[in-house]
Amino acid sequence: MTSFFVNGKPVEVDVDPSTPLLWVLRDSLAMTGTKFGCGMALCGACTVHLDGKATRSCVAPLSRIEGKHVTTIEGLSDNLTHPLQKAWIEIDVPQCGYCQSGQLMSAAVLLAENSAPTDRDIDEAMGGNICRCGTYPRIRKAIHRAAELAREGRAK
Amino acid sequence: MSAPAMVGRRDFIRVGAAIGGGLLVSLHLPSVGATGTALAAEEKDFAINAFVRIGADESVTVIAAHSEMGQGVYTSLPMLLNEELQADWSKIRVEAAPVDKIYNHPVFGIQMTGGSTTSPAEWERYRKMGAVARSMLVEAATQEWKVEPASCRVEKGVVIHDASGRRATYGSLANAAARLTPPTEIPLKDAKTFTVIGTPTRRLDTPSKTNVTAQFGLDVIVPGMLTAVVARPPVFGGHALKFDATDTLKVSGVKAVEQVPSGVAIIADRFWPAKVGRDKLKVEWDLGPNEVLSTEQMLRDFSELGKKPGTIAKKTGDPEAALKSAARTLTAEYDVPYLAHAMMEPLNCVVDLRADSCEIWTGTQFETVDQANAAKAAGLPPEKVKIHTTLLGGGFGRRANPASDFVVEAVHVAKAAKAPVKTVWTREDDLKGGWYRPMWHDQFVAGLDASGNPILWTHTIVGQSITQGTPFEPYTIKAGVDSTSVEGAADLIYGIPNLQVDLHSPKIGVPVQWWRSVGHSHTGFSVEAFLDEVAHAGGKDPYELRRTLLAKQPRMLAVLEMAAQKANWGTKLPAGVGRGIAAHFSFDSYVAQVVEASVEKNGTVHVHRVVCAVDCGRVINPDTVKAQMEGGIIFGLTAALKTEITLKEGRVVQGNFHDYQMLRIFESPQIEVHIVPSTENPTGVGEPGVPPAAPALANAIFAATGKRIRRLPIRASDLA
Repeated sequence: MTSFFVNGKPVEVDVDPSTPLLWVLRDSLAMTGTKFGCGMALCGACTVHLDGKATRSCVAPLSRIEGKHVTTIEGLSDNLTHPLQKAWIEIDVPQCGYCQSGQLMSAAVLLAENSAPTDRDIDEAMGGNICRCGTYPRIRKAIHRAAELAREGRAK
Repeated sequence: MSAPAMVGRRDFIRVGAAIGGGLLVSLHLPSVGATGTALAAEEKDFAINAFVRIGADESVTVIAAHSEMGQGVYTSLPMLLNEELQADWSKIRVEAAPVDKIYNHPVFGIQMTGGSTTSPAEWERYRKMGAVARSMLVEAATQEWKVEPASCRVEKGVVIHDASGRRATYGSLANAAARLTPPTEIPLKDAKTFTVIGTPTRRLDTPSKTNVTAQFGLDVIVPGMLTAVVARPPVFGGHALKFDATDTLKVSGVKAVEQVPSGVAIIADRFWPAKVGRDKLKVEWDLGPNEVLSTEQMLRDFSELGKKPGTIAKKTGDPEAALKSAARTLTAEYDVPYLAHAMMEPLNCVVDLRADSCEIWTGTQFETVDQANAAKAAGLPPEKVKIHTTLLGGGFGRRANPASDFVVEAVHVAKAAKAPVKTVWTREDDLKGGWYRPMWHDQFVAGLDASGNPILWTHTIVGQSITQGTPFEPYTIKAGVDSTSVEGAADLIYGIPNLQVDLHSPKIGVPVQWWRSVGHSHTGFSVEAFLDEVAHAGGKDPYELRRTLLAKQPRMLAVLEMAAQKANWGTKLPAGVGRGIAAHFSFDSYVAQVVEASVEKNGTVHVHRVVCAVDCGRVINPDTVKAQMEGGIIFGLTAALKTEITLKEGRVVQGNFHDYQMLRIFESPQIEVHIVPSTENPTGVGEPGVPPAAPALANAIFAATGKRIRRLPIRASDLA
């Protein structure tokens, strides 16, 4: 039995501890917001936060998660209120949408650490996330916009 | 903890209830040419016709006959319908259509999404459906009020009789409207009065794609579902002779290991045990005849084949005479590789197979074909196969498979599983699984007159036919020429008086398929790159030469000129930066792109800026057109700079995103898209952005370095 926290709530899972966190989330906890793209930490579709750090859940075995805090796209906000989600909607970033939960989770870590990222900062933080539809120009624009929204939110 | 995202049979139970309650209307519209159908409806929803349902709660559900794979049809179809319906946009929802003849593609006659045809094909039908619904809602109000329909108007989902001040919402009228006979005459608005079409509109699916509510095929969970992966032969056309599952069956969670026609299925309670179980499976394969295949050898063979005359696809003027009279000639050979679609969502399909029914959940572009193929595999009549089309995590053509490979296999797995089962492809399965964009080889001869103008253009194409042996063959292959092999070449848009295009279609045991922009994905590159060579050989500016050759193509000329002007064609660039231009007509749309690029000493290519102009007829949602051009450009640049599928001893070399690399955000250029206004009917948008990107880049690299790119992907070693 492995115990950890998902989006603040305690969970216990009884599967082989070598099972990647991605498949624990998707198959054992029926949380399908975190996506499978490559299984080798190459595409970023499965990005979650592990104790606040962007982590590719497809290569993170359950044994490494014991006692830790996992945040998934389901925990980014209750109701599309995270500045990134607002910016994503305002700029209409997604096309097929499949990679976007991973994009958002990577971007959320960037914004938490850097309230005014430059294009170069964005390129570095988001370089591990592939979008086959080619939404990169809009991702860049939306992260700038989210940073702006977050600053406005703090100013209030 | 959130509840599992269950999808069940509810939707279909609702159909029954609705039919029983007599609330559904079977609509016969002669102009649509299809018979009526019953539609899923909640008890308080009223199907005004097969394409729109209105709820007592004022919700307006538009039924999408086409799949959403990122191209924006779940927004553009409702926009078309609502141009006429005039409901409150904030109340509009979208639902995937069930499989039914009434949802057949108005041009292709099957239910499908592809060929950049949704907007052109649905341009009239969805507006008509909206007009019919509005007319019936107004009629319901006027019957109640005993006034003339002409004395009423509608505004944001409310019917208003100004003279008496009476108002009624669509939701309050829907039940009565659904009982009326649909009108036979359906006048549509004059385009000058459009208020929805052409207005930038936020996508309806974006909110669901920024949290967890968007459901892709891989996210489907049905009660009691198992998960399977399949061990497939390492060489195309091979099959399993025998297997040893001893170690596989020891993996906790593995339920069964069974042979299926495509390989050996490992069926487990979850994905991970199935995958681990497959790693432990020992299979003895009969590799079949394709173990000899090598793309290195094919490159040589194609080049040899291209030197022989092929089947004539197009001949105008007198190419032989022009060759003799030409002041000088120019020849070149171009090569592009097999390419995988590499959608971010790997293939998957959920099947619940029962004795007398088969229910399927998957992201597909090909409902009618899948239904027929699944029925055959299941041993059931097609009407017993229900398909739930989910959102597609990318399509690019892969999910429109003439053999329904991923659906048929999943049906066979379900037979073996004897339970609902989701068959999941890993990234490796997906990339190694075939159905690629074919390898293509192109050979050109151009003849120039004494002033450097091209008077002769011959183009020999070598590559596998995509449609040979499929049900589409009668429509695509005429006189031995597959039109999808020569599109963009045989219909060359440039005014060159003597033209010949011929084709060789070698049969090779690698499954091939349409890939975003199909034949144009190679002809766009080779034609536009070679034309650049011709311009330079004749001492002409590549932009000016294209202008001259497009004298009789006003729409393409306007697009080309807009791209050049917005990109400041002819102005000085920083040292080391080159500018390249390309234009291509595909899917009835006109696109031109200008690329600015530079090359490092080690051969690394940097794409700085892409300026794109497009004429796709009347624009439904301008922001979607821009998004599709942006995405198409990045898709095209990925093919230009990154990807190839190669075979050694019949085995696909590439397996994941480390050796089949995608363009990433730090390699993504600044992109500007300009739309040339048009009042013509809408044309394609999803694919036409792709073809010009690679040649515009190749031409920019020539401008920067003097080095010609004749083979994709571009290799740093060719430029260092």
